Amino acid sequence: MLAILAQAEKTLFLPPARSTVAGAHDGLYNFVLWMSVFWLVLIAGVMIYFVIKYRRKSPQDKPVGPTHSTAIELGWTLPPLILVMIIFVWGFRGFMDMNQVPNGAYQVLVSASKWSWTFTYGGGENDSVLHVPVDTPISLVLNSTDVIHSFYVPDFRVKKDVVPGRYNKTWFQATEVGEYNLFCAEYCGQGHSAMVTKVIVESREDFLAYLVERGKWWEGESPAEVGQTVWVEKGCKQCHSVDGVDGTGPTWKDVFGSERKFADGSPRVADEEYIRESVLNPGKNVVQGFDNVMPTFQGQIKDPEITGVIEYLKSISTHYDGQLLEPFPVSVPAENSGSPGAQE
Amino acid sequence: MSVIQDQVKSGGYGGQHGPGETNYINHSKGVLSWLLTLDHKRIGLMYMVAVITAFLGGGLCAIALRTMLYLRAAPDVAPITAGTQDLYNQLFTLHGAILVFMFIIPAVPAILGNMILPLMLGAKDVAFPRLNLLSWYCYMAGATLFLYVLLSGGLDTGWTFYTPYSTSTTTSVAAATMGAFVLGFSSILTGLNFIATIHMLRPAGMGWFKMPLFLWALYATSIIQVLATPVLAITLLLLCAETVLHIGIFDPALGGDPVLFQHFFWFYSHPAVYIMILPGMGIISELMATFCRRQVFGYSFIAFSSIAIALLGFLVWGHHMFTSGQSAMANAVFSLITFSVAIPSAIKIFNWLATMYKGSISLATPMLYALAFIWLFTIGGLTGVFLGALSLDIMAHDTYFVVAHFHYVMVGSMLTSFIGGMYYWWPKMFGKMYNETVAKIAWGLIFVGFNLTFFIQFIAGSQGMPRRYADYLPEFAFYHKFSTVGSYVLAIGLFVVLFNWIHSLIYGRKAPQNPWGGNTLEWHTSSPPPHENFHEDPLVTEPYEMRAWDYDESIDGYVFDKDKAIELDQQSHH
Amino acid sequence: MSSENEHTGDTGHGDNHHPAHLAHHFETPEQQFESGKLGMWVFLATEILMFGGLFCAYAIYRGNHQDVFLYGYGALDKMWGATNTVVLLASSLTMAWGVRAAQKGQQKLLLTMLLLTFMGGVGFMCIKGVEYKAKWDHHLFPGTMNAFYYEGGQPKYPEKLEHAIAYIDGRNLGGEAHGGGGHAPAGHEAGDEAAPQEDSHAVEHDGSQVGDEDARHLGSVSPVIIPAVFGAPADVSTIKPPASPADMGVNDAVIDQAGAVSMPSAQHTQVLWNDLSGAEQKKVHLFFGIYFMMTGLHGLHVLIGMVLIAWLFFKARAGAFSKDYFAPVDIGGLYWHLVDLIWIFLFPLLYLIH
Repeated sequence: MLAILAQAEKTLFLPPARSTVAGAHDGLYNFVLWMSVFWLVLIAGVMIYFVIKYRRKSPQDKPVGPTHSTAIELGWTLPPLILVMIIFVWGFRGFMDMNQVPNGAYQVLVSASKWSWTFTYGGGENDSVLHVPVDTPISLVLNSTDVIHSFYVPDFRVKKDVVPGRYNKTWFQATEVGEYNLFCAEYCGQGHSAMVTKVIVESREDFLAYLVERGKWWEGESPAEVGQTVWVEKGCKQCHSVDGVDGTGPTWKDVFGSERKFADGSPRVADEEYIRESVLNPGKNVVQGFDNVMPTFQGQIKDPEITGVIEYLKSISTHYDGQLLEPFPVSVPAENSGSPGAQE
Repeated sequence: MSVIQDQVKSGGYGGQHGPGETNYINHSKGVLSWLLTLDHKRIGLMYMVAVITAFLGGGLCAIALRTMLYLRAAPDVAPITAGTQDLYNQLFTLHGAILVFMFIIPAVPAILGNMILPLMLGAKDVAFPRLNLLSWYCYMAGATLFLYVLLSGGLDTGWTFYTPYSTSTTTSVAAATMGAFVLGFSSILTGLNFIATIHMLRPAGMGWFKMPLFLWALYATSIIQVLATPVLAITLLLLCAETVLHIGIFDPALGGDPVLFQHFFWFYSHPAVYIMILPGMGIISELMATFCRRQVFGYSFIAFSSIAIALLGFLVWGHHMFTSGQSAMANAVFSLITFSVAIPSAIKIFNWLATMYKGSISLATPMLYALAFIWLFTIGGLTGVFLGALSLDIMAHDTYFVVAHFHYVMVGSMLTSFIGGMYYWWPKMFGKMYNETVAKIAWGLIFVGFNLTFFIQFIAGSQGMPRRYADYLPEFAFYHKFSTVGSYVLAIGLFVVLFNWIHSLIYGRKAPQNPWGGNTLEWHTSSPPPHENFHEDPLVTEPYEMRAWDYDESIDGYVFDKDKAIELDQQSHH
Repeated sequence: MSSENEHTGDTGHGDNHHPAHLAHHFETPEQQFESGKLGMWVFLATEILMFGGLFCAYAIYRGNHQDVFLYGYGALDKMWGATNTVVLLASSLTMAWGVRAAQKGQQKLLLTMLLLTFMGGVGFMCIKGVEYKAKWDHHLFPGTMNAFYYEGGQPKYPEKLEHAIAYIDGRNLGGEAHGGGGHAPAGHEAGDEAAPQEDSHAVEHDGSQVGDEDARHLGSVSPVIIPAVFGAPADVSTIKPPASPADMGVNDAVIDQAGAVSMPSAQHTQVLWNDLSGAEQKKVHLFFGIYFMMTGLHGLHVLIGMVLIAWLFFKARAGAFSKDYFAPVDIGGLYWHLVDLIWIFLFPLLYLIH
């Protein structure tokens, strides 16, 4: 019966099981669930029965009942003890399966920062959405650039904290093509609840096509369009609007070419170098009235993407009336795609 | 035996005291007579006012954040912006920090413990009355620091202060950690006082196994307060040094280890969970005995299970870090010990049920809370079994499942036992009875409201709803709306309780010395007790031997038959 | 913190049927005395657990960054530490003597002993002050002010850093206690023993070469990871893993541990700056953070103990204690012995262990 429950499409409590470890997890979950129902009904039932049967007849009642029995105490200590020991072993074995990365798993680097995800594949391709091939063990190496986050995909029953200063590892093997939610499960500040993205499980062919596509994703787009994509995908838009309203960070509208005032009062005109610095070393140029909260994008953003951001800023600034760059050259030099240090 | 004989010779006993009699409340007048009092009962009352005020503050945060989550279901009405995210983060942080440090931890020991513990011992006061007052001032100082936090940019770290977020945020982390530090001192002083009092001030004739079970629970709680709180203190000092000086111990950017903070923090905060629940369990033992009107079943098992929980509670902190990347070996050990804590908890439940067997069960308001406690604590405990199992915890960690679990234990169980205890000792504390009908309606609202609010969160969490989210995906909207509606019912119930209490203070009829027929020593003095607690030394017998108390309809209370008590006591020794 | 004297403070508000120093809620002086003593013992337990947390932090960081600690020791002066240990032990002796005097009702001896104990505290704090002054002079403050503090991978105070390195290296080589600018900076005399990696680190901290951000963050892990992860064949049709996890050079451990290429420190009796890997060099300030937290918190306890002893002294001078009533002295003594005991652990941990 447990096996049937485990394979059910979606139980009352659990989301659909979409990874190889989910079945084992759900089996134990359902076991503990029904065990809990049993104990709860038993305890509440006995309680209600006693309340009715032994209700007070008169305030003068002076009942006498048994006060101790070692045999009874042992009798009701042993069953729960045995049960929890079974659950412990069951849970531990399930955990080892979830924890031990199988040999031959395909590795993806996961980098979390406030408040976006970056997934980097073997060829240096990176993306803010996690694409994986179906029926393939995927090993994840997790690292954070700022505070602690947690990688969580409920449909796969996988969760691991993403801790700065160490590489945590976990893995999963998706069993069905589809789109699944990926959450940050460890509170990380203002945008915590927006740090949600998708895992896209696709056939091996589609995944390959994706990688090929991703490797040259700026082909055919103008740099300003690239910049706009970066603005969305790297999470810039969480803090920087383009409609002129300041958020956590200053709006991007009309920034380029304007004079910026820093916290210490010094002015500077926002030119290309300024934008580049602000992306890579944001603490250096904190504009008056804002906090120094932006993480560095050093290592997570490629040069053409920064160029894209600069062009995008030019395109939405009234202080700039020059030309915009034409689309990128079609092919990116090969050594760029293997650019080291895309991860910290 | 000789003790009892001596006491009999010492003269008349018990009886009603006239209305002109002074008691601890009207014994002296003026604000200073309260602020400088060394009387444990007055300190208990001052704690009551302060702690309930904090409860209102933390509760309002809860209602506000549930309302925000309700409105989120209609994004047109409540668009999510950086501002609303910040507000939400501050609300859940303050909700947690205020209620954990300023309500759940001090509520039962500092209010009911202070009030009742010396009375139960037949003592005139706690061992160190000045320390007791100092502890209240520490509490107020901590509360003031939290007030400062509110006014100076708030706090958005979650009550857990996890690094490195807490060392990088711009909110008032330093002030909040100092606040928690000072509150910790208040807690240590209370625990220290109770340990010394229970050791040194037990009356002749009251051996360890003649103590009421509430005292066993308070003793176990005090051990945790004294041994775990200093570790929190040093952790918070280090965090404060980290925030202010950046010494780098917890900051990975400076070479420190953020997970070390979690170990330190939970080394205190997991035992602290038992600081929250153990005294509540002690109250339930008292309620069960009195309202079943019989000896508790398995006295020594209940007593030792408190101590077992207190000691095992020190060895399970790592179960808060199953997903942090700690070694599989450590996970296995922590999981195993976690399961072992389930056993003493189960023993308590079974013994309470057995106490009901062949009892004379009254459904007075305090008993209703005791029954609610059993329901809520059973659910809280059983869902703890899910979380103790390693593979299930990976899925449930940091989701609403955990939120629901600890609310069932820390709020459902702790709050019902606290309110039940307040109703139980209310006549003793103030000498007034309350309106029973209103009290029962409030109980119903609280019980229903609580289950509506939190049961559905188990489902939301199992479905994958992470905690501490200001916003959520549309598929979770139903759960959140449902839960919010439940929280309103719960809040209304709590306000009815408050109204019921205030009403009782003004209009309540005079309480008899012993309205329930309990035999622990606090019922052997007038209601409210005199300044020096007892008019004469009370007769120490088995704490749950209630057959010497006879119901007197004219006062709607119980009257002590001393000769019968002595006779019963002698019988029990043959 | 200020609660210690409260333990003994339940005195003097007794009523008529009791001895003057017996509080109203106690039956007998013995009960009151035992209560006070029990209270103090419980309080001492909390103190030990509080310092226990610090000792834990110390043990973990020492275990994780062995060489950083070995290097940091250089800044501490064993002689002053030992002197302070003697001073504190002596004051513990005089305290115990004082308690005995109180028990026997020897008023004069009690006053002398309390005064001597107090002077022991003063002596300890003065020596501590001299030690702190030495740290102060060489910019070895806790936290961001520390000469070894790095910000964004760069030394925050390059000049002070050089000075501090010269100071500690000089001391570690057995030089003068105040190695100033006269010493060769950055321990070049040890350079020839360093492996090539060490050289690059040395260059890096000199600031003459700004390595790329990633390499600095990853330490020496990066050369392993980068080809393994990023250098996967362009043709991914097989979707083969780039390497087995064990080959990845990453594990659950803290990165910098993996990155730390620690020189066998047996080559020196002492660790010098250039023996530390680049990652370790950035952590030297941690040692001072822990040093100041431990000695600072202990110093605070000494100060509280001194206030307590001064209070006892004035009470004793007013004739408050007698053969029948000496509980405050006894209980105050317990506290002072604890302060002493904690130092007995601090001294070898910070100054002696190598």
